[in-house]
Amino acid sequence: MAAIQESSTNSPIGKRTPRVDGPLKVTGKAKYTSDFHFPGLLYAVPVEATIANGRIIKLDTARAEKMPGVSAIFHRENIGKISRAVLGEGFEGITDERRPPFEDDVIRYYGQYVALAVASTFETAKAAADAVRVEYSKEKPNVDTHLKADDEPQTVATTFATLKRVQSERGDADEAFQKAPVKLDETYVTPAETQNPLELHSTTAIWDGTTLTLYESSQGVVNLQTVLAQMFGLPKENVRVITKFVGSGFGSKLFPWTHCPLAAAAARKLGKPVKLVVSRKMMFQTVGHRPRTQQRVRLGATDDGKLVSLQHDYVYTTSMLDIHHEDCGETTAFHYSVPNLHVEFGRAKRNIGATADMRGPGAVPGMYATEAAMNEMADLLKLDPVKFRVLNEPKIDESLGVPFSSRHLLECLELGTEKFGWSRRKPETGSMKRDGLTLGWGMASCAWIAARFPAEANVQLRDDGTVRVACATQDIGTGTYTILAQLAAEKTGVPLDKVEAVLGDTLLPAGPLSGGSMATGSVVPAVFSAADHAIAALMGIATKTPGSPFEKRKSDELTLRDGKVFLKEKDSAAGVPFADLLKRANVRLVTGNGKGEATFGDPKPKFSMHSYGCHFVEVTWQPEIARLRVSRVVTVIDAGRIINPLAGRNQIEGAVVMGLGMALFEQTAYDPQNGAPINASLADYIVTVNADAPQIDVHFLDYPDKELNEVGARGIGEIGLAGIAAAITAAVHHATGVRVRELPVRIEDLLA
Amino acid sequence: MKSFEFTRADDAAGAVTIAAKEKTAQQGANIRFIAGGTTLVDLMKLSVETPGQLIDINRLALDKIEPTRGGGLKIGATVRNADLANDATVKRDYSVLSQAILQGASAQLRNMATTAGNLLQRTRCVYFRDPAMPCNKREPGSGCPAITGHNRMLAVLGTSEQCIATNPSDMCVAMAALEATIHIQGPNGSRAIPIADFHLLPGATPHRETVLEPGDLITHVELPSPKVGSKQLYLKLRDRASYEFALASAAVVLEIANGSVTSARIALGGVGTKPWRSPEAESALVGQPANASNFRKAAEAAMRDAKPRSENGFKVELARRCLTHALETAAKS
Ligand SMILES: Cc1cc2nc3c(=O)[nH]c(=O)nc-3n(C[C@H](O)[C@H](O)[C@H](O)COP(=O)(O)OP(=O)(O)OC[C@H]3O[C@@H](n4cnc5c(N)ncnc54)[C@H](O)[C@@H]3O)c2cc1C
Ligand code: SF4
Repeated sequence: MAAIQESSTNSPIGKRTPRVDGPLKVTGKAKYTSDFHFPGLLYAVPVEATIANGRIIKLDTARAEKMPGVSAIFHRENIGKISRAVLGEGFEGITDERRPPFEDDVIRYYGQYVALAVASTFETAKAAADAVRVEYSKEKPNVDTHLKADDEPQTVATTFATLKRVQSERGDADEAFQKAPVKLDETYVTPAETQNPLELHSTTAIWDGTTLTLYESSQGVVNLQTVLAQMFGLPKENVRVITKFVGSGFGSKLFPWTHCPLAAAAARKLGKPVKLVVSRKMMFQTVGHRPRTQQRVRLGATDDGKLVSLQHDYVYTTSMLDIHHEDCGETTAFHYSVPNLHVEFGRAKRNIGATADMRGPGAVPGMYATEAAMNEMADLLKLDPVKFRVLNEPKIDESLGVPFSSRHLLECLELGTEKFGWSRRKPETGSMKRDGLTLGWGMASCAWIAARFPAEANVQLRDDGTVRVACATQDIGTGTYTILAQLAAEKTGVPLDKVEAVLGDTLLPAGPLSGGSMATGSVVPAVFSAADHAIAALMGIATKTPGSPFEKRKSDELTLRDGKVFLKEKDSAAGVPFADLLKRANVRLVTGNGKGEATFGDPKPKFSMHSYGCHFVEVTWQPEIARLRVSRVVTVIDAGRIINPLAGRNQIEGAVVMGLGMALFEQTAYDPQNGAPINASLADYIVTVNADAPQIDVHFLDYPDKELNEVGARGIGEIGLAGIAAAITAAVHHATGVRVRELPVRIEDLLA
Repeated sequence: MKSFEFTRADDAAGAVTIAAKEKTAQQGANIRFIAGGTTLVDLMKLSVETPGQLIDINRLALDKIEPTRGGGLKIGATVRNADLANDATVKRDYSVLSQAILQGASAQLRNMATTAGNLLQRTRCVYFRDPAMPCNKREPGSGCPAITGHNRMLAVLGTSEQCIATNPSDMCVAMAALEATIHIQGPNGSRAIPIADFHLLPGATPHRETVLEPGDLITHVELPSPKVGSKQLYLKLRDRASYEFALASAAVVLEIANGSVTSARIALGGVGTKPWRSPEAESALVGQPANASNFRKAAEAAMRDAKPRSENGFKVELARRCLTHALETAAKS
């Protein structure tokens, strides 16, 4: 068994490393986007549509415009041109809501921005926004929760690619299902969910005539830069995006939303910096949400528990104009061995804001359905659910016909079983008790894609002995500053406190999105090659500077370790600090650029690359008061090499807590009459609070996946949320005898 | 938020005189007292309340908890919920009140919230809290979208065809079971109103929530002398473990002698349009053996007139279980 190995050397990789930006955050010095202030700053507040379907007939801004302190009320006629962005090469130009704000008079979802009030104070802008009167011609919105796939061709355009709706197929799934001795045919529903990062979305836009500078709470500054250049017809280098700290995003900050060009357009018109902070209510309307999904899963198995057929047909909601793809089938085709398979999707348009990625898009709702079906099938077969999974473990990725780069799901299951004490489980529902409570035990496995976005980085070695690593990626609270510093420290051997990590600025080398759990894996090759190039420059100086102790040596005879240059055959005690070599040569710094290519979207990969894991869950149940609580979770994750176990554990624990919310609380409800997200506040949209957090026990296997990068690190941001809801619903069934197939599991479902 | 004038009252009579100029003490009042501000400021930010004038009453020296001559307890209007819940006498003699407050809101909110403010907290109905929506309570005659819409949190007892909004207070439920009296200083002198008569049913006038008239200032709440040896319990049921309003709650004050219930005061929260005292449950219990089947019968009696809507039907059974369990647990204590 591979436990996490703390390197015997001074390597920072794999060391429990407190956040390098921690002190800034706990002392309040970390500046989040809305913390930036500028002279002459104006405040913008959008006016939102109060219908979900129809047209603007009349917009009366007269009263608002006359209010003291109001700079302007912008709308379609006076905001100036805002063009569309389109997808280009290299994951740039992406928007989930493709229609630029104010493009036409049609209202397609509740809360759509129809005007923008700008004033000298936030309060005035809000009062002015409230004073704008809008007349609509109104039609009944379609927010129907029952989903039937729209009539669409078999091949459809989606945000990243044109996709076949039958996304994977082998054998004859239907026939095999019909003939299967044991069959399961159930439909699972997940509701619309809203990401709700604690930090509100916000933009501060500054135009100096030629350059647009934008402070934005973003998970992808490089993409945002491209989008804005397209929207305002600017050379890319005339747009600068800055995101120093992000109070989390959960996917909602991956791609730009309409508030962002609105703030920029207002700043352009007014010639003054404009700040726009989206309200919590708008967070439910205009910055994306996880679509509702309805997933039919059909499983056929032999009596002894071998899967013979797997069919996964799912439908999800999209907004009227957009094409976000919720890939619920992402893991279905490879996760288990099954000869006959069919995975197909459809979409159902609704009068709702654009759907978007939310932590673990696709696989999280998808694996809720498939793993819940696996649990139900195990019950039908009277097989232990762990054993059922072991029986159907694939040898290769049967959908692509290629080997897995590194898959240790069986070991995850083994370790989880042991740590949880699973062998003591009694299968009968309601049969386990403790302290007067009924216990329910359930489990599920999980998987999440491992891939790389393109990434560039720069590393400098400086004559004061410090190292600077720079990359235009973001730290959305997950610890990317620390990872960058660890990677640079690994290559140069200087201690972490001598490494300066810089990110979140498009002036830096283009970095990856903080999404898909790919930021870490993507920056590894970029930072490593940048460091190699900087070190090569250093060696050049060491060997060429007159008077250098290494003068006349060849570069390849030298090496850099622990911040010192020395001859390979000698040990580091005999080395010379690189700072001394630089100073002696009168060189302030050496620099190296590095680059990593994308693997994401590769149509013919040599390996199937994913992370894996499993969750074991205990719930307590008190039927006398219909009280259900999650008391204990054991999660085992196989995510390659864990660069920072402290931050890694934190990610998994957070995902488990969020998964509890997905299983039991979270749901965005749309008013059937007017189409508004009706529980649009943190009081009415129930998320997990501290008191709900169970005892969480996280274990990592630590098998480096060298196919992905030199360190062997895959991502860990999302995998923890996959599967957990299915483990919880299985535990709920085990405790209560009630099978809930529509999330969240609510008190009313269990009262019967 | 609309601009407003803010003044600090130094004496109660002055505050009453200013507020008496207003036409109503109900929804839409232009002059408002402000205590902790946790309800009022919240609603002002949402533009649900748009008062032009706020009178801060925090300096009126209404922040004491004192014994009364009759053996009861006088609780000042601006006593903070946290101080009330942690008061030694309250914890000993009126523990149901302490329990109720501590299961409500959060520590920070309880540090600000006051006795009178809590008595007057407003419903959490999502339509009420959004001025873009119709709502009879906020805008009389505009309609009630909740009846056919999002009503999972809303009331099943005391509703009307004009409004089904829940009174969300935990404190008031305990006070109803303790038979508190609310003391008011108004332009025409002082008066005392039993809590059962203080809140109004919505009927055809859901915008009228209490008997308060313009100028009326709550000065204190009085609790009668404690029922020595009574068994008291507050049980609150909700989706998550903390920081959420009740789906159903129960406050019980029971006296049991020789295995029989000699007196019972029972109130329910989360299910009524006002803090819901249940004489039906009480009379089903008094004189009966304190056992599980009688507790269940009392709970059934309490919910007999419940009128469920599209999403909140489960509250009927949930409230029954809540009350049954509260009675059982109290009886065992
Ligand atoms: C996020 C959140 C969660 C909450 N959760 C819960 C919960 O779980 N359970 C619960 O019970 N409550 C909960 N509350 C409500 C909270 O208890 C109330 O907001 C609080 O008790 C109100 O007291 P206050 O002093 O702040 O009132 P204020 O906001 O100051 O006043 C409220 C109203 O009372 C009037 N008023 C105040 N004092 C007087 C007086 N002396 N005479 C006449 N009128 C007066 C004001 O004019 C105003 O109209 C929650 C509140 C929030 C914001
Ligand atoms: S239930 Fe009452 S508060 Fe809610 S919308 Fe109807 S009238 Fe308004």
